[in-house]
Amino acid sequence: MLRLLNLELQKLLLNRTSKTLIFVSFVLPLFIILLSSFKIPFFGYFTLELGELGVFNFPMIWHLVTYFAAHFKLFFAIVVVSMIGNEYSNKTIKQNLIDGLSKKEFILSKFYTIVFFSLVSTIIIFILSLCIGLYYSSYNEFNIIIRETEFLLAYFVKLVAFFSLCLFLGMLVKRSAFALAFLFILFILEWIFYGIIWKFSTEDIATNIQNFFPLKSIYKLIDVPFLRIAATKMPDNQEFIHDYAVHWHEFAIVIGWTILFILLSYRLLKKRDL
Amino acid sequence: MLLIYNLVTKYTEYRHTLITNLVDFFQHKKPHILEPILTINNLTKKFGYLTAVKDLSFTINKGNVYGILGPNGSGKSTTLGVVLNVVNKTHGDFKWFDGQTTTHDALKKVGAIIERPNFYPYMTATQNLKLVCKIKGVDYSKVEEKLEIVGLLERKDSKFRTYSLGMKQRLAIASALLNDPEILILDEPTNGLDPQGIHQIREIIKQIAEKGTTILLASHLLDEVEKVCSHVVVLRKGVKLYSGRVDEMTSSHGFFELKCNNQSELIKLLEKNTSFKSIKEKDGLISAFLNEPIKSEDFNKYLFENNIILTHLVQRKESLEEQFLQLTDNK
Repeated sequence: MLRLLNLELQKLLLNRTSKTLIFVSFVLPLFIILLSSFKIPFFGYFTLELGELGVFNFPMIWHLVTYFAAHFKLFFAIVVVSMIGNEYSNKTIKQNLIDGLSKKEFILSKFYTIVFFSLVSTIIIFILSLCIGLYYSSYNEFNIIIRETEFLLAYFVKLVAFFSLCLFLGMLVKRSAFALAFLFILFILEWIFYGIIWKFSTEDIATNIQNFFPLKSIYKLIDVPFLRIAATKMPDNQEFIHDYAVHWHEFAIVIGWTILFILLSYRLLKKRDL
Repeated sequence: MLLIYNLVTKYTEYRHTLITNLVDFFQHKKPHILEPILTINNLTKKFGYLTAVKDLSFTINKGNVYGILGPNGSGKSTTLGVVLNVVNKTHGDFKWFDGQTTTHDALKKVGAIIERPNFYPYMTATQNLKLVCKIKGVDYSKVEEKLEIVGLLERKDSKFRTYSLGMKQRLAIASALLNDPEILILDEPTNGLDPQGIHQIREIIKQIAEKGTTILLASHLLDEVEKVCSHVVVLRKGVKLYSGRVDEMTSSHGFFELKCNNQSELIKLLEKNTSFKSIKEKDGLISAFLNEPIKSEDFNKYLFENNIILTHLVQRKESLEEQFLQLTDNK
């Protein structure tokens, strides 16, 4: 396993473009710290000062930071599709196999890399949230700090699943640019299907079905935290009471997709003549 | 006297080797103990409607230099692709060594370059070779040793994309040699190179062959195969036409190249003679193909007795090229 990871890391880190993108995808989330100093004026009614709002309190901070940081996954997604695209365009995938790498090992080396970088990213986010939290939070008891850390697990699973999808798209179309285009098409398709289902049934059914779609299920893993922030401001307002927790069935759907993407990528490579 | 004595001994020696060779041939004896490296049985590969390789079988034994000959699109690369785990077979099977190891593990004991050299353009030669070391499980110390063999040691820290095609191809050979392979597979190694590059590659191949490494060389360049190979498999449209030793490829008795002042008389005479199967005239040069062995002095005498005086007489065997064209055209 280490051998395969080592192999892929060499391929990535010696490439200037992917090295830069990896760096960016890890460094940009650090700017979430900036959020803490923002003051957002709300049409003159009141000023939202996030730091003062209590959003950086434990355990809320886990939710907030993982939600925002997850958006930076797109940078590493480019790395994932290009690491497949480059293997095809340089024909090095062929040479790797001839040199004695099995097709299974090839896919696994990519998958391990995805898991590795997702793990690194999760650890960075963990440390980042911990620091911001300890600085701003009114509660510093250990029990409160570790509450809702399942958001970190959700963040990790979310990254692995999303990159696995990119890996599969990369294997499918062999070209990085096309793979990213496919990702966008998939996003649109999911909403089109949502619209179709809504037209023939109710919004609730449509949403429930859409929650099973790959991109939506990955997105849904960590819910949008804005209403929750609002709820802390107005705890009595019933409209803002939502279910924000990470659920095991959401995990199950996303992990299911991950396994499917990896297996499909392997099957695709196995069937293909290079 | 001494001269005659020398000639006689030379002749007896020659006859001796000839006879032993013949005996070996008829008893199917081979000089080495047969140790198969690659066995292919009834291999078929179809791309949709197109059959690229059809029911192909042959065995590659240790210690020989094999050539796969065939025009472009005859299934050479496809066959190699199948045994190298990058193309899926349709029917049939193949096994590496004794058939006990999986293909990808067997490939760690094989060195292969196919078509064009495939490396990561942004890595240096050393970095690229180290990556191959990681895949094959070879020690890094081999990297410099093999770069030296192909003469790239000075450029080892240059990025691959800055290399010329000849250098790329030599790097590919270095990469294929990293694991000291039991068999080296080369697919069109001199394709697209300039004469100097071709010469360098051939010299390297010869050196490797001299060390006793088994080599499988796919090519459409006949002189290349003729110069280095002892055995040959000839393919056309995915079908095997011939497999065996290069020197036994045809049972032809060769032909005479003739010129004289009275060409038409000569042709008439030759056409009557049953020893010749065909007569061709081209640019004033008559080629007469033999049905049975005739010595040139007897033939000359025979013509002289029939009042034909030659101005030009050469007895030749077909080159591999002519044999190859005969094989691939006539069927």
